[in-house]
Amino acid sequence: METSRDDFVIAIRSAFLKKGTQQRFSLLGLISFSIIFLILGSLNFKAIDYVKIGIKEIVYRSSFIISGPENFLKDNYILVQNHFNLYKTVEINKLELASLRSKDLLNEFIIAENKRLKKVVDDYLVKSDTVIAKVLSDKGSPFLRSIIVNKGSKHKIKLGMVVMDGAYLVGKVVEVNYLSSRVLLLSDLNSKIPVIVEPNEVFSILSGTGEKNGVIQYSEKYEDIKSESVIYTSGTGNLFKAGIPVGKINNNNLSEEKIVEFFSDFSQLRFVKVLSFIKNEAE
Amino acid sequence: MTELKNKNIIKKILSSIPLILLFISVLNNYDFNYLGLKYFSFNFSYILIFYYSLKKSESLGYTYIFVAGLFNDVVLGTPIGISSLMYLILCGAAAYLRNITLRPSLIKDCIFFLLTILIINSLLFIILNLIFDYELDYFDQIINITYTFLFYFLFSNLFDFFERYIVGSKNAR
Repeated sequence: METSRDDFVIAIRSAFLKKGTQQRFSLLGLISFSIIFLILGSLNFKAIDYVKIGIKEIVYRSSFIISGPENFLKDNYILVQNHFNLYKTVEINKLELASLRSKDLLNEFIIAENKRLKKVVDDYLVKSDTVIAKVLSDKGSPFLRSIIVNKGSKHKIKLGMVVMDGAYLVGKVVEVNYLSSRVLLLSDLNSKIPVIVEPNEVFSILSGTGEKNGVIQYSEKYEDIKSESVIYTSGTGNLFKAGIPVGKINNNNLSEEKIVEFFSDFSQLRFVKVLSFIKNEAE
Repeated sequence: MTELKNKNIIKKILSSIPLILLFISVLNNYDFNYLGLKYFSFNFSYILIFYYSLKKSESLGYTYIFVAGLFNDVVLGTPIGISSLMYLILCGAAAYLRNITLRPSLIKDCIFFLLTILIINSLLFIILNLIFDYELDYFDQIINITYTFLFYFLFSNLFDFFERYIVGSKNAR
């Protein structure tokens, strides 16, 4: 009994304290070092912050270069898949175009009227300068959905700025470095934004699922949310401007949950718009 | 003389391939998202670190593993130092197994690997969820652990093949 305990202690000691050939530090030393790193990092210790910023600038660029071959494969895979779906896509697009043409006639009038009314209630927001940013890396763990873009504080990017893919909302800036920033996607588990579901005007919160979709959190008029309903930002809490299209409800699943299919495909992002909305002071 | 020198250079490059692979895997983070597979994810770095710490500890230095962990945290956006900690615990477990093993067998290695990644992921979950307030999904973790475990069989054999027939080392097994 005594011998087996001794053996265990010897094996553990050898594993954690012994330096191997060409090893400068023991395992225990490095483990202690990473714990110190972790603790000081969480306490926002200045020196650690500088180290973090340095590492981030190097890693984001290297990650972009190293992801090159995989991105090439990915692009080709998608290209081939798109070719196979071409006929189907064209047919769907034809139908959609016909319906959009008729809607477009009304659109301009409604936009002008909406602007006028928003000015009356002092809720008219205009875009700040838009920064077009290239997606450096869309790598995330299975648990985190975020992208890295090649614009940072040097390009006047600030925390909380809105990130859009065309007219659709993608996420918001959660980390700003000198030459790069991290964008938390709407699909991330930690993303929660106030939305409005139309028709029926249901106010709720859209949460990410960690997958490709989002989910509408339970609210009072939950049952009023129908399939194909469109989700817009509600503008509540001044996080985002009201009325940015986000996605639509897809109820083709067995669960009771209201699953949201985003309009933008987050795995296909190449360039995004980073902007913020400010109140229009001019009359 | 020149031929001997060339051979040495090639051998050096070949022996540093695990290290290169480690850095590529942390910087690239193979996710295969574009395949649209919902229930698929695995952690290649865990497999690589465990295998080489167990079979050929001189290939990956602890310091490099520590740095790779820092890089991984930056790419994933997790608190800096957490991946290094997990990688080093994995190294410690592999070193312990190496010390107590008299007759190596793949099955035993795999079971030990499974136990280690279960502990590591639980620790990761506790730290991220309770201390840093990250919301994580149990199911994603289980999927990740399962595939990482299953892929250990495949990659272990691939690395064995690489070490024995391409690098030509004798102590890989």
